[in-house]
Amino acid sequence: MTEHQHPVTPVSTYVYVFLALLVGTGLTVVAAKVDLGWASTPVAMLIAITKALLVLYFFMELRHSARMNVLTAAAGFFWLVLMLSTFMMDYGTRVATVLPVAGK
Amino acid sequence: MSSTPLVDRHEHGHGGAHGHRHPAHQFDSMEQQKESSTLGMWLFLVTEIMFFGGLFTAYMVYRHMYPVAFAVASSTLNVTWGAINTGVLICSSLTMALAIRSAQINWRKGSMLFLVLTMLLGGAFLGIKAIEYHDKFVENHVPGNVLNQPFDFVLENAHEAAAAARVDPLYQRHAEIFFSLYFIMTGLHATHMIIGLGVLAVLLFYTKRGKFDSEYYNPLEMTGLYWHFVDIVWIFLFPLLYLLGAHTH
Repeated sequence: MTEHQHPVTPVSTYVYVFLALLVGTGLTVVAAKVDLGWASTPVAMLIAITKALLVLYFFMELRHSARMNVLTAAAGFFWLVLMLSTFMMDYGTRVATVLPVAGK
Repeated sequence: MSSTPLVDRHEHGHGGAHGHRHPAHQFDSMEQQKESSTLGMWLFLVTEIMFFGGLFTAYMVYRHMYPVAFAVASSTLNVTWGAINTGVLICSSLTMALAIRSAQINWRKGSMLFLVLTMLLGGAFLGIKAIEYHDKFVENHVPGNVLNQPFDFVLENAHEAAAAARVDPLYQRHAEIFFSLYFIMTGLHATHMIIGLGVLAVLLFYTKRGKFDSEYYNPLEMTGLYWHFVDIVWIFLFPLLYLLGAHTH
């Protein structure tokens, strides 16, 4: 019986991920201080998603996980994206006609 | 493969590298047991994604409707505290990962040390959050009429207030929606942290008793998954709540 399906992750790997996450946090703050116009939210979300993937892949060990677990995690986020996008299909297209919009 | 797979000797597992572990009797092997735990934990985390996802959806819809009010309300939050707290939480994820790694190499003292560090960092996060909540109470930015202190949102900068009112005459009411979401989302997140701290305390106790070693550390790893997930939630909360109006200041 093998005790480990994968070798113990070196401390340095965890530290590099940690540093990358800190850099990502700094980057988010800097990007927010600059007026990027419409791009500010997509940029912030892009950085956040990258950070989340780092946590999922290294800290949550998805890189060594059984495919079933990867699929389960992916399904969860997929459903979240479905929920967010279908809501926006609705509210994003009807606000101007149905809901009172301030200033218009 | 164990020759006596049906014997559950968990009850008297003294840990250490020498004891040979056997899975609980419904499992064929330690690996199968671990895989079952991991899949079960991920299924739970999927329900957590949906749990927080509903709030993120509400946030998205209201922010889409009242972008100006959300930006000015967001700019009254303390970005410095928020950024520090993000760092504290990321650091606690590192110590959590190292606590599990210590168990993998049979370093019980290290496991305990990193569990304590994780708890201290989690406590620091909640302490900073308490300071921020206190500030919001002092500023009367708490929605509704809590403790007979009605919500009162006044922008210090008169020019900014006039600009907001021009686009959105009801911006103060809409700022109240932002703060409702702020308190619910950060509050639910903090609740998860408190529960996590409780679980970590139990794990610390069991680690001290030598229950975990390189062959069996499932509870440590499952709690790690939970802790990192709560970290991911905050990674999204920080830019969405704190940084909307940052470029105007």
